[in-house]
Amino acid sequence: MEAVPEKKRVTVDGQDYELVFGRPASLTSKPFTYCPGCNHGTIHRLVAEVIDELGIQHRCVGMASVGCSVFSYEFFDFDFISCAHGRALAVATGVKRVQPDTVVLSYQGDGDLAAIGTAETIHAANRGERITTIFVNNAIYGMTGGQMAPTTIIGQRTTTTPEGRDEHRIGWPIRMSEMLALLPGVAFVARTTCHDAKSILKTKVAIKKAFRAQLEDRGFSMVEILSNCNVNWRMTPQDAVNWVGEEMTKVFPPGTYKDVFAEDQEKARADAPSKTKAQSSEKTEV
Amino acid sequence: MSAQRVFMKGNEAACEGAFRAGCKFFAGYPITPQNEVPEYMSKHIWDHGGTFIQSESEVAAINMLMGASAAGARAMTSSSSPGISLKQEGISYIAMSELPCVVMNVVRCGPGLGNIAPHQGDYFQATRGGGHGDYRTITLAPNSVQEMAQFVYLAFELADKWRNPALVLSDGTIGQMMEPVDFSEMPYVEPPDKSDWCLNAHQEGRERHLITTIYLLAEDMAPVHERLVKKYERIKKAEVRYTDYMSDDAEILIVAIGSPSRVARSAIKAGREEGLKLGLLRPITVWPFPYGVIRQYAESDRVKAIVVTEMNWGQMVEDVAMAVSGKKPVHFVPKHGGLTFTPEDMLEPIRAIRENPMNPETLWVQT
Ligand SMILES: Cc1ncc(C[n+]2csc(CCOP(=O)(O)OP(=O)(O)O)c2C)c(N)n1
Ligand code: SF4
Ligand SMILES: [Mg+2]
Repeated sequence: MEAVPEKKRVTVDGQDYELVFGRPASLTSKPFTYCPGCNHGTIHRLVAEVIDELGIQHRCVGMASVGCSVFSYEFFDFDFISCAHGRALAVATGVKRVQPDTVVLSYQGDGDLAAIGTAETIHAANRGERITTIFVNNAIYGMTGGQMAPTTIIGQRTTTTPEGRDEHRIGWPIRMSEMLALLPGVAFVARTTCHDAKSILKTKVAIKKAFRAQLEDRGFSMVEILSNCNVNWRMTPQDAVNWVGEEMTKVFPPGTYKDVFAEDQEKARADAPSKTKAQSSEKTEV
Repeated sequence: MSAQRVFMKGNEAACEGAFRAGCKFFAGYPITPQNEVPEYMSKHIWDHGGTFIQSESEVAAINMLMGASAAGARAMTSSSSPGISLKQEGISYIAMSELPCVVMNVVRCGPGLGNIAPHQGDYFQATRGGGHGDYRTITLAPNSVQEMAQFVYLAFELADKWRNPALVLSDGTIGQMMEPVDFSEMPYVEPPDKSDWCLNAHQEGRERHLITTIYLLAEDMAPVHERLVKKYERIKKAEVRYTDYMSDDAEILIVAIGSPSRVARSAIKAGREEGLKLGLLRPITVWPFPYGVIRQYAESDRVKAIVVTEMNWGQMVEDVAMAVSGKKPVHFVPKHGGLTFTPEDMLEPIRAIRENPMNPETLWVQT
């Protein structure tokens, strides 16, 4: 059951107010150090809100990866470990196997999860580790200054694809959600974006489902969030956000790629005819 | 397993040592000549309340260990040389995070794929940190099946005591051979409570626990380095271990570890029958290395020369030469390619050294 948040009150200049929008408890008071307009901050907030709403802040242990979010442990307010580039899901596996009751979160970029850590990602997912992964796909290596990522789209200019990504030289952008959806160990995988208010809300719903998959012991869960890196894309924040919505989504279609909860419902529906009968007869009895 | 005295393989004895030390997590990837370790673990660790994972790679295995250790468990991995190379990344992060864990290397012949014969080519890697950055790992070198069990057991203790990775540097011979093992001095123990620093789901009402290796500012990093260096200095003072054999009246001192140290004992016995006064100094910890005791031998008027026998191109001999500091000639008698020593392989050059302690054939000259 979700904990119903209490109405909080704050005092400002001696005046008493009802707090309608505050900082989630699962975030520390440290201001984000991400570039203005970057979605890492948005995503941190969504993850923290979900953790608060599920009432699991003090059960969470986070894996920080290597990328712009390397200091994510300064912002999330629970136990954290910083992992080597690409290894977050191996470290997470060790934590979860030793402490099955701990809620384990990994927060990773595209270079971390889909290049150097591809093996760790696929095998943690394939083992069905009860871990929730937030995968921030910004189609670039943000931290190291804008090199090509495995998810860089064809024609996209980066510092190592100065003429634009050429599939004949370096291959195609990799679609992790579609790949992982094929694995039986995966309970929930969805791709969302953060380019407008609606998509942000959808992202939050997906993050909550991903944690539910872990809490209900269903398997591995991941939300791939299309994010912007306006600085390294050399765009204004507004252009960058538009580019996510208009261009990235063509290559990385948002959607739910695996959802055991939906599968449960479908199963229930398939069994439904007999149940409906039973129900209706019950009704008539009443 | 409840029997106190059992006939078993070195690799399996290592696992029993781990169980007795309270090891609750093992991750590893198959590689000869250490496959008995993951096989034995996969069969028995569950009965000890632990978890086994056959990982997708050695890189993953060591990082799983990092997680398991951060979560407070006694955790172990094992591999052989090529796989240990892959673990170096993780060992560096674990050392910097000051997490305890045990890593066993049943060394085979390299470089590259090499072959699966016993070898000692990973000595430098084990004793100089191995991965990137400035760190050390406590390293124990067993030479019997008994010691495989005992040193894994001890490695867990030392790893926790110092919050540092501890390595067991074995070789293919020791891992594969069978001998009786006495477990009476390895009682099952409960691992120490680490709730004051480990990551866990019981955070209500306490400061959160952070484990990190990143310190962007040199001013922040320098004190961390200083703390590590001070720890290593304390380990050097407290943990040096070695044994000796017939060394009290030895004129030529052999220094050897692992399976060559067993051959050295036979060579010493045979040599003494023909009047060669030989003795053995066997480091048990190769980091920290027993420089002090070797220096004492080198300073004794009785000792004419020191002979290092290794299955490599000369690695431990550098530590010995450093300890001897030119006080006596140091000789190096190697075996290459995965070939193993016979006692005569050692005795022949030793006879020449007795005739001429500066015999250039084997004299170790630092180039
Ligand atoms: C073994 C290793 N190789 C390379 C690096 C350098 N490095 C740091 S972050 C990074 C890329 C991160 O990109 P991504 O995961 O997409 O995260 P972002 O910064 O875009 O959020 C690289 C290559 C490293 N830290 N470790
Ligand atoms: S470099 Fe890019 S990904 Fe990194 S914080 Fe700035 S905008 Fe965000
Ligand atoms: Mg990126």
